[in-house]
Formats: sequence, C-alpha cells, structure tokens
Amino acid sequence: MKPTKLLIASSALALSAGAVAAADMTIVSWGGAYSKSQQNAYHAPYTAKTGVNIINDDSSNEAVAKLRAMNEAGNVTWDVVDVVAADAMRLCDEGLAMEIDPDTQLAPAPDGTSAADDFGDLLVSDCFIPQIVYSTTFGYRTDLVGDTPPDDVCDVFDLEAYPGKRALEKRPINNMEWALLCDGVAKEDVYDVLETPEGQDKALAKLDTIKDSVVWWSAGADTPQLLADGEVVMGSTYNGRLFSLIVEQKQPVAMLWDAQVFDLDGWIIPAGLSEERQKQALDYIYFATDTQRLADQAQYISYGPARASSAPLVGKHAELGIDMAPHMPTDPANATNTFLYNYEFWADYRDDIDAKFQAWLAK
Amino acid sequence: MGRQRPIRNSYDGDIMSELKGTGQQTADAPTPEDAFHEAAALDARETDSQSSGRNGGPVLAADGTPLKRSLSRALRRQKLRALALIAPLLIFVLFSFIIPIGSMLFRSVENGFVEQTLPLTVAELKNWDAESDTLPDEALYQAFVTDMVAAVEAKEHTKLGSRLNYEQTGLSSLFRQTGRKIKKIDPETDGPFKDKLIDIDDKWGELETWRTIKTHSVRYTNGYFLNAIDMQRTAEGAVAQPENKRILITLFMRTLFMSLVITTSCILLGYPVAWILANLPARSANMLMILVLLPFWTSLLVRTSAWKVMLQQQGVINEVLVWLGIVPDDARLVLINNQLGTIIAMTHILLPFMILPMYSVMQTIQPTYLRAAKSMGATNWTAFWRVYFPQSVPGIGAGSILVFILSIGYYITPEIVGGTKGVFISNRIAYHISSSLNWGLAAALGTILLAVVLILYWAYDKIVGIDNVKLG
Repeated sequence: MKPTKLLIASSALALSAGAVAAADMTIVSWGGAYSKSQQNAYHAPYTAKTGVNIINDDSSNEAVAKLRAMNEAGNVTWDVVDVVAADAMRLCDEGLAMEIDPDTQLAPAPDGTSAADDFGDLLVSDCFIPQIVYSTTFGYRTDLVGDTPPDDVCDVFDLEAYPGKRALEKRPINNMEWALLCDGVAKEDVYDVLETPEGQDKALAKLDTIKDSVVWWSAGADTPQLLADGEVVMGSTYNGRLFSLIVEQKQPVAMLWDAQVFDLDGWIIPAGLSEERQKQALDYIYFATDTQRLADQAQYISYGPARASSAPLVGKHAELGIDMAPHMPTDPANATNTFLYNYEFWADYRDDIDAKFQAWLAK
Repeated sequence: MGRQRPIRNSYDGDIMSELKGTGQQTADAPTPEDAFHEAAALDARETDSQSSGRNGGPVLAADGTPLKRSLSRALRRQKLRALALIAPLLIFVLFSFIIPIGSMLFRSVENGFVEQTLPLTVAELKNWDAESDTLPDEALYQAFVTDMVAAVEAKEHTKLGSRLNYEQTGLSSLFRQTGRKIKKIDPETDGPFKDKLIDIDDKWGELETWRTIKTHSVRYTNGYFLNAIDMQRTAEGAVAQPENKRILITLFMRTLFMSLVITTSCILLGYPVAWILANLPARSANMLMILVLLPFWTSLLVRTSAWKVMLQQQGVINEVLVWLGIVPDDARLVLINNQLGTIIAMTHILLPFMILPMYSVMQTIQPTYLRAAKSMGATNWTAFWRVYFPQSVPGIGAGSILVFILSIGYYITPEIVGGTKGVFISNRIAYHISSSLNWGLAAALGTILLAVVLILYWAYDKIVGIDNVKLG
C-alpha cells in the first residue's frame, strides 16, 4: 500500500509542479542595464497584470547558436528572445524563429495606425518585432582632443589632428562603411562599392592607415572602459553605453554622433514551441511592444523606441530626472548624418568580408 | 609506471610522507595485473612441460579442476567486478562526452542537406557537365522549381541559402528573394521555367551558381576540411583560397608556437617555486602552497581583467616605470593586445598546472642524494644538474603536457588580451560556432586541432616516453 500511495502523492506533486511551470516564462536578453530597463518597463507590469512569472536569462550574445542547438535537440526552453536584427534574420533564415504577422499579432497604435505602419521600415525580417533603435557611434575624451573637438567621423582617421589610440570593433561591419565614407565614397554608393573586391580592398587600405593606432574591442563594455582609463582618445560603441559613461558616471567624454550607424534590437519567438507556450509568448509580445511600453523603456536607457507613435511619449530619466530626448540617437539634432545598417548586404557578405578582414588583422 | 619501493623520507613524521606511505602500500597489494603475470608464467610452464613430455597432466587446484581454468574463472569474475565498478563513469563519459563530441566532429564531413532539400535538382545536375560553358537545360530548371516550391513550403530554402553562402557570397539573399517570388509559380503548369527563373534573378543564368550547387551537393564532403586549411572545393577540384582570405593555417601555427612559448615560460617560472615548496618545512610549504592555489580559485575572467589593469598603457606597470623615469611618458610600453599580453596572462593562469605535478615529484626526491653527491666532491651545480634534475624530469613532463594541451584550446584569455596578433585558432572556432553558424567548418577545425594534439602526444611518447611522466 505504502509505496503506491507514495507514488500517487509524488506524481500529483509532479503534475502540480508542471502546472506551475506552465505559468513561467523564460525571456532571454542581454543582461546589465538593458535587462533592467526591460524588467522595469515590460516584465514587472506584465507580471502584475497576468500573474505570469518571468525568468530572465542573459544569453542573448550566444542566442543564435544556442537556439540552433536546442532546436536540434528538440527541446526549446526559451519563450521569447531579444536579439539584434541581423541575428533575427539569420534565425528566420534557419527556420529557428516563428514568423509574425504584425497586423494581427501586434498592438495597433493608440490612434488606430496598424502596427505594420507604426513600425514601418524597421520590420526588417518576417520573424522580427523591433523594440529599440540603437546606434553604434563614437565617443571621445574631451580632455585629450585639444581645442577643436572632432565633429566628423573622418576625424577618427586623422592621426595628425587627433593623435592617440582609437577603439574599433573587431569585425568588418560598420568599420568598412566608415572607411569608405572617409575615403571619398558617397553615402549612397557605399554598399555598391563594398560589393566589389576592389571596394573591399579600398576600405581595408583606408583602415590600414590607422591600424597601428587601433585597439580592437569585442565586448560593448570595452570602449567605455578604455575611454575612462584614457587608453584611447576616441572609440566606437553602442550609444547607450556612452550615455551611461557620460551622464551616470560623469566621465570627461562626449558623443560624436556623425555617421552613427542605426541598428535595431527586438524580439523573436523561437520556432517549435508548444501551442500553449506560443500563445503565452504572443500575449507577452502584444503587451510589451505596444506604444506606451516602448516609450516607458526609454525612461531607463537611451535607446529610441522602434514605434513612430512612441517617440512623442518619451519623457525623463526615471532616476536622474533629465530629459531623455536629447540623448536619443533618433533625436533630430543627433541624427543629422546617419547610416542604416544594411541587413541584406551583410547577410550575404558577412562570411566573405569577415575572412578578409581577419586575414588583414592578422597581417 | 615502474613501481619503486618507497624510500622513507627523512622527516618521517610529516603528513605528506605518511600519505605517501599508504599510497605505496596499496600499490604493493596484489592486483589483477599480478594475477595475469602469474597466469602467463603458469601457461609458459605448462607448454614447457608438455613439449618436453616429462610430466603428464596439468597442475590441479584444490577442488580438482585444472589450476589454469580455475584461475581464469577467478580472473574473469574479477574483471567483471572491475567493469561493473567503472560502468557508471564509463556510461557517463560515453553519453556526455564521446557521443556528443563524435556527432559534432561528424559534422565536418556531413553534407546531406543540399541533396535533401533539392533532390530532383541534384539528380538532374549529375547530367550536366560543370566544366562546359553552357547553362543547364530546361529539365534542370523544372526540377529546381519543383524542389524550390517544396522547400519554400517547408521553410528550408533560406537555410539552404545560408549553407551555400559559405561557398559563394550572395547565395543567401538569392535563395531568400527567389523564395518570395517563386510562390507565384506553379511547377505543374507554368513552364518553361528557365527564362522565368532568370527573370527573378540574373544569378540563375550564371554558370557559377550552378557550379557551386553541383560542387556542394555531395552527401559527404571534404569541403569543410579544405576550408580549414585555407583551400576550397571547386568544380575543378581543390584549390587554394585567394591570398587575402588565408588565415587559418597562420592561426594553427601561431597557436602551436605560442603554446610552446607559454609552456616553456611556465617551466622556467614554476621550477624554482616547486623546488622551494618541496624543500621547505611542511608548515611554511603549506602557506606557500596556498599562494600557488589562490589564483586557481579566482575566476578566470577576474584574473584576465586584472592583467588588463596591470599591463595597459595607462596601467600599473607603465605608470610605475614612467614615475621611476625608466620609460619616457610618450613611449609607454605596449604590453597588452598583442602576443606578449597573451603569453603573460596565460603563463600566469596555467602556472599552477605546472607547479603542482613538479612539486609532487620533487617531494619524493631524497635530500640525502644531494648531500651524498656533495660529500663526494660535487659542486652545487653538478649535484643539482646530475643528481637532482634528472629525478625531477617526470614532473616537468607531466606539467608540460598539461599546460601545453590546455593552452592549445584556450579561448577567453586570448580573446580579451590578445588584440589581433595574440589570438588562437580557438577564437576562430568560437566565431564559426556562435556567429557565422558554420558548424561544419568549426567541426573541421576542431578535428584538426584534436588530431594535432594526438600526434604531438604520440611524438612525446616516442621521444620522452609517457612512462616518464609522473603526477607524484
């Protein structure tokens, strides 16, 4: 009798545990200040509204490889994943992310504009729900650049006027575009030139002129650290990192917004979820990407909301009380000269140009 | 490993030699190996006696069965018991290590995906001569449209595009965009397809595209391995990559060279430390041991980042040197983001793996030998070099193997402090696993790395002898 009872009791326990687990959601993001902004703007209100418990997992920088492995193992444990647009495209291509219909599965703007129109061009992949616009741009040490601070991206390539080290990302994306821009290629021709082997050589030749003065970074936190230590005079990184260096840590650093490269970050829902979990994930996405929620996130971090209808709602920083609009990459004063990451181009050329870039680096 | 009689230590009471005592006692107990030797000896005697015909029947055990059989039965039981004891570990290793690694390495040749996705096209392509200057005929285009419509339905076409994009730049978007437009075509009724497809994208009218598909449609490919050694698989066979894309061989060479440098510097720095540890009284040796082990218990990332703070141009070392006036302020030393940075940081991180085996071997070397050598007139140097050093070589061997093999697969430290010239092949493997998703190439690189390690291990066994390696 006894063992049977025990068995029944334990399976009942297991069942109830399973029922509890169904109300949990695992949301994957980047960690740090970014995850905190999502916790405040999306997760906390969602839990308050629905009672769903949200588990944070900071694995976004290896999300593509992990999702592929999970998919092959037939056990996807993530419900919603935050990735950059290029990764979303790759996941969509590999069949690892679910396709989304913006008109039926996303919230319309308060004035009734459909989600597809509200997000506009930013819906770069069928699987991608944009969340923020961020930019990769330069910051410079105000105390190390003399009396004429740099105001042009080509100052990065000018070793005479601004001697000292620069921090650039250890990958071709963005660097090749800036190199061509500063080698006299018109903005609209950059990707046409970069398609050709001659254009790639031209970009590398331009980068060659500053190669000895470059510190190559691979993590977004590197450049702020290098700037704070005075290791570099200027360096590229994500604008939110520079915001926190300048405004929150009060370092003698200023932004060089010229030729900032816009990029997108947003959600995907992994393919292969059970129907119930998929419904849950879609419900979360519907809630978390509406106009008000996207505007709320901007109170905590200086990334621009991806919906046009959210922009007028951006207010003040939740803790510092400063106006956030002037720190947004999308602010008209900052966005006089911008560049939009070309997803199609890099999906095609990434492997080829990366091999050339790495070979050039190793020389 | 030769089993030596324990030589009693001069400080007999201390814990270390007591521990060693128990270790050696177990080694003296009978082992299955002993039983084998005895059985072999019996065997030899039996054949001996049979051939000479001096003695009739075989030797019998107490219960009347032949001794040989009863012994082998006992041995078999013993072996089964030994197997049962190691079974949990064996099964664990099999499932958590050998099978996953095996399946990962298998990806380096596996290439069934192209044929699975485009079965009709691949069959048709067999009839087309890739070296001819004419485009494939209508039959192939029809087969391709049929395949492609099915692939779009199954959402496999973009995956195929990414696979083929590793071989020819541009195919990723070609498959993605063709997939969007091909939905409007009905493979049953809408023929002929050749012009329609070329209308969708000019690339379908280029020989290069079809050549790439044909070349990479084989079920098992050597393409990944060729890529891993800076070559590529083409319709005309294996050819070298263009010069400006060759990087992997350089990285392999650099990985081996730098691992050697790191191992050597670990020996040079670790040997004196191990010597001091082994020759101090137990109490102070334990204190020093903690200093050796402390970095071991600190997070790898913390240690690596600490080196960054020390070595960078505005870092501690440079500041001190400038303050002392040894280095001018405008010519600070570049100690990080290059090979030197990787060597310094990795030597520090791997040093305990060198010191510990050396220390445990040096523990067993009798100080009396040195004294004896000196009493017979040897100088300090001769006594060390001729008497002490040869006995410590097994410890160096064990430490070197550990350090070398660990450093050959190191990833995070070179990534952080290596800059451009101090990164290893493992950084490239990580890139292909997590960024480019070219797992086939990553698997091929990993397989080569594994093979290199095994070859070096074999060479080491031939030259030094693996028997000469002791962990204590």
